[in-house]
Amino acid sequence: MSTEAPDQLILSVQASTSLSDLEQHRVNALGKQGIITAWVGEIAKLPPEQRKDEGQRRNIKKNEFIAALEAKKAELEAAALKARLEAERVDVSLPTRPEAMGRLHPISQTIDELIEIFAQMGFTVAEGPQIESDDYNFTKLNVPPDHPARQMQDTFYMPDAADGAKRVLRTHTSPVQVRTMLNNKPPIRVLVPGRVYRYDSDATHSPMFHQFEGLVIDEIGKVTMAHLKGTLLEFYRTYFGINDLPLRFRPSYFPFTEPSAEIDIGCKRGNGEMKLGNFGDWLEVGGCGMVHPKVLEACGIDPTKYQGFAFGMGADRAAMLKYGIPDIRNFFECDIRWMKHYGFVPLDIPSLALGSVA
Amino acid sequence: MKFTLSWLKKHLDTTASLDEISRVLTMVGLEVEGIEDPSAKLAPFTVCEVLEAKQHPNADKLRVCRLNTINGEVQVVCGAPNARTGMKGIFAPVGSVIPATGDVLKAGALRGEMSNGMLVSEREMGLSDEHNGIIEVEDDVAIGTPLPVLLGNSDPVIEIKLTPNRADCAGVRGIAHDLAAAGLGTLKPLDTTAVEGTFKSPLGVVIEDTKACPLFIGRYFKGVENGESPLWLQEALKAIGLRPISALVDITNYMTYDAPRPLHVFDADKVKGDTLRVHLTKGGETLAALNDKTYTLEAGMTVISDANGPEALGGIMGGSSTGCTEATTNVFLEAALFDSVRTAQTGRILGITSDARYRFERGVDPDMVEDYMEVATRMILEICGGQASELVIAGDMPEWERSYTLRPDRVKTLGGVDVPWDEQVRILTTLGFEVEGQNVSPPSWRADIVGEADLVEEVLRIKGYDSIPALPLERTSNMTTSAITPRARKVTAARRAMAARGLLEGVTYSFIDAKAAALFGAVDPAMVLQNPIAADMNVMRPNALPGLLQAAARNAARGYSDVALFEIGPVFDMKATNQQSDVLAMVRTGHAVPRNWQSEARFVDAFDAKADAIAALEALGVPTAGLQVSTDAPAYYHPGRSGCLRLGANIVARFGELHPSVLAALDVKMAAVGAEVLIEALPMKAAKSTAKPLLSLPAFQPLERDFAFMVANDVTAEKLVRAVKGAEKDLITNVVVFDEYTGKGMAEGRKSLALAVTLQPTDKTMTDAEIEAVSQKIVAAVAKSVGGELRK
Repeated sequence: MSTEAPDQLILSVQASTSLSDLEQHRVNALGKQGIITAWVGEIAKLPPEQRKDEGQRRNIKKNEFIAALEAKKAELEAAALKARLEAERVDVSLPTRPEAMGRLHPISQTIDELIEIFAQMGFTVAEGPQIESDDYNFTKLNVPPDHPARQMQDTFYMPDAADGAKRVLRTHTSPVQVRTMLNNKPPIRVLVPGRVYRYDSDATHSPMFHQFEGLVIDEIGKVTMAHLKGTLLEFYRTYFGINDLPLRFRPSYFPFTEPSAEIDIGCKRGNGEMKLGNFGDWLEVGGCGMVHPKVLEACGIDPTKYQGFAFGMGADRAAMLKYGIPDIRNFFECDIRWMKHYGFVPLDIPSLALGSVA
Repeated sequence: MKFTLSWLKKHLDTTASLDEISRVLTMVGLEVEGIEDPSAKLAPFTVCEVLEAKQHPNADKLRVCRLNTINGEVQVVCGAPNARTGMKGIFAPVGSVIPATGDVLKAGALRGEMSNGMLVSEREMGLSDEHNGIIEVEDDVAIGTPLPVLLGNSDPVIEIKLTPNRADCAGVRGIAHDLAAAGLGTLKPLDTTAVEGTFKSPLGVVIEDTKACPLFIGRYFKGVENGESPLWLQEALKAIGLRPISALVDITNYMTYDAPRPLHVFDADKVKGDTLRVHLTKGGETLAALNDKTYTLEAGMTVISDANGPEALGGIMGGSSTGCTEATTNVFLEAALFDSVRTAQTGRILGITSDARYRFERGVDPDMVEDYMEVATRMILEICGGQASELVIAGDMPEWERSYTLRPDRVKTLGGVDVPWDEQVRILTTLGFEVEGQNVSPPSWRADIVGEADLVEEVLRIKGYDSIPALPLERTSNMTTSAITPRARKVTAARRAMAARGLLEGVTYSFIDAKAAALFGAVDPAMVLQNPIAADMNVMRPNALPGLLQAAARNAARGYSDVALFEIGPVFDMKATNQQSDVLAMVRTGHAVPRNWQSEARFVDAFDAKADAIAALEALGVPTAGLQVSTDAPAYYHPGRSGCLRLGANIVARFGELHPSVLAALDVKMAAVGAEVLIEALPMKAAKSTAKPLLSLPAFQPLERDFAFMVANDVTAEKLVRAVKGAEKDLITNVVVFDEYTGKGMAEGRKSLALAVTLQPTDKTMTDAEIEAVSQKIVAAVAKSVGGELRK
């Protein structure tokens, strides 16, 4: 074989158009009977003085051929892969498989936010029944049966209990205060969220809504109206995420507190919109006061040793103010368009540390 | 409670501005709800002169007027018959708001003639009902004079929201008292000197129940003239929304709002007999009241009767048969005290609200009855003339004097603000309290003051709640602990888990339609509301599914029938602790998998609900691997496509397709499944340790073998799986059913279930012979436990 033969073989490898063709060339050249195999094998038959140089030369040629073979193989494989991938093309603008993400109701998110904030101040959550005795809902809260304040909030009545006790749907979360005081010794710090019921239905009222209220009881002088103000200031600023949100107390009247106050926070109104902040105008958001001595007494706490404060507001209203939700009645409609729009994704868990409260 | 600024100034000597008065009212607890300045809305309207009024070329009844106005010459089209050249009238410019209609006046062409404003009538200005022509103004009034200046009327009306404890501020004088104490001026003295009676009253008064009416002071007037009341009095009443009627009635209304001292005046000539009797009704009496309605009275109402029977409802309303008219000349004036509770009850039962009832049910000053009788007497004599009798006094002034200790440091220890003692004394004294040492006696008009805390509030509200500092609560512990119970934490996790599974969280009413409730079990009469707000919200729900299903139906009616909802909330049951228990309920309707380009669409089925229930239980901390399924779900589920999940013997959840007749009754027209997780039935103990059990990982690979068993149709998959697992408890770590087959090739009444069984060797790799031995054990166990045989 001439010395040009391997060069010819390399050229045919480089001209290969398929992997099978290439394999044919490999077998042809490097197989047991292959041309190059034979050509390299002939070295042994050469005269000894030629063997070294000629042997070296033929091995170099053999390696050149292998290199060409591998280069071509890689090239053809890459081309084949490219062609396959091209053939596998899909329309990625097609939609994904259907999947649904649910939403949390804004009231759940709001209550979790309230808990997160009040937990920092050492409050724990207390809950209680929604069908209450009128004793817990009214009498123990210093609203005797003939008190005009019982007309302040219209009440849903249930049939009397077997023992003759009047049953009502709780008109506020305050009976849970009663239960807490009856069952715990001061110091007390509880937050009570939950459903309440009033005989009232119009654009701004729903016969069922949510309230939250707080109760703090400690020794005389330890928790005063100043602490009530401080607690609420911290709460409202944190909840709305406005660090200069002003808060004012206005004298008011609730049978269960004395002194009593209504809570206003700063806002401005205009163009049918309301914005919270230090703008000079005021928005009433809740009621509060120092727990009436008669309430303490009715709940087994000695008013000569202990005192405390209580505050409350509509939790739905808190959600509406923060999240710009216009109508409370939609809260209980389960319109899925509303739920998807105003609801919260489940992993948006309120946390002060993570900044997901406000 | 409404009053005008000028009315307030009759009692309060002040130079304070309206803004200042308004601010202080709110800050002492008399929240200003609104201030209406009647002059403000009339300000845009000014005097103009009609330079020329000529016939409209295209309309018989219209005139085209050229006006000389504050804005120069303006053309308007006017339909009033009295519009004429040379007159002066009131011009409404384009852009002004017409008070009577609230419309914004626009420029426009009327039958081809431009009209750039309007000449207005009294009715359009809200001044009267006069609308026969436009307002005519005297010739000497300058063009451009604003209408309020012309009327001389700019007395702002202030409305406050009165809390029920402040009975005294249901009268202007009480309000003035508070403002004076807050430093906004001084309270003017009230002339209560007695008017000498010139004769003895021919009418007497007898009180038969001194609890219902402790005191009745009367006075007879003869020769009065009951015409129209003077303009100032009419204006004062009109300003606060009362209609002037006649001088005598107007005087009683005025005193009601002024003192507050509700009065009633009888036409004495219409009273039968010589005695008015204050007594309780027996029941069944009727009274035609001054509001032109006739009431049948129940027993125990306070009435004032003459020889004919009841003539007035004490403290609420008079009767028409003894009412005053223009012809009235002799009257009997009543100033009495009526029990607040009974007055409120009577008013509520009869459905009568009146200014008198409003005040009596809050409590009227017991000490000033006679004083205000004298004030009213002077007004009647001045306005109506005539002669007043000596006083007729029945009953006694009830005991009201009392005192409470106010410790000087109590304002600080309760209110949190330091107020010097002499400042406290000054505030209380100006409010009418008497202070002797630490003994404080409230004035007669402050029945709401019943203890030291009330005194603290008085000092604080006059001092100003703004003076209370804001202090943070002290930390109670140097360790932050959880604010919620382990149970609440699990419920929160379940809520978020459900939302993560694609369900929307709803909140539905706790009270539902009894008819809907009945579909979910018998309605307990003890759970039916006595006064539901609507007929379909009349029973406390025994189950949360009907509310969710109705919600799904409402969504479907709006065009959204693929709905996935859940709710966590109470259901009510007399047998439950506190008559309620919490459940997590879910409903899915329509498609589980909507139409899509990759897979077949699929409607919801029982397994969607089962998956939700298991996921909820998982989030609630239940070891779901140990759950067992039973097929005894309640009757509102499809009997063959529903089940209960049990933890041991306890049912912890129910799931399945809802019964078609329940769906039909609730108007749910699409496929619907539901589940209920009974939160109260779950173990809710907190984990004892934060540490998790140690993980031990086997060193050998698991292997999987498939089996297909033919079993009788009534053998459940769960039973078969349990039989397989029982064959080699330590080795078999998982069994998955991957196929169920019935039909061709199967014997009648038999089905095939295919299982993938995972074997996990722990000490060495298994040989083929060992694997075969386990397979034999599995086949034998299935044959023994459920009568199944290997499908070859």
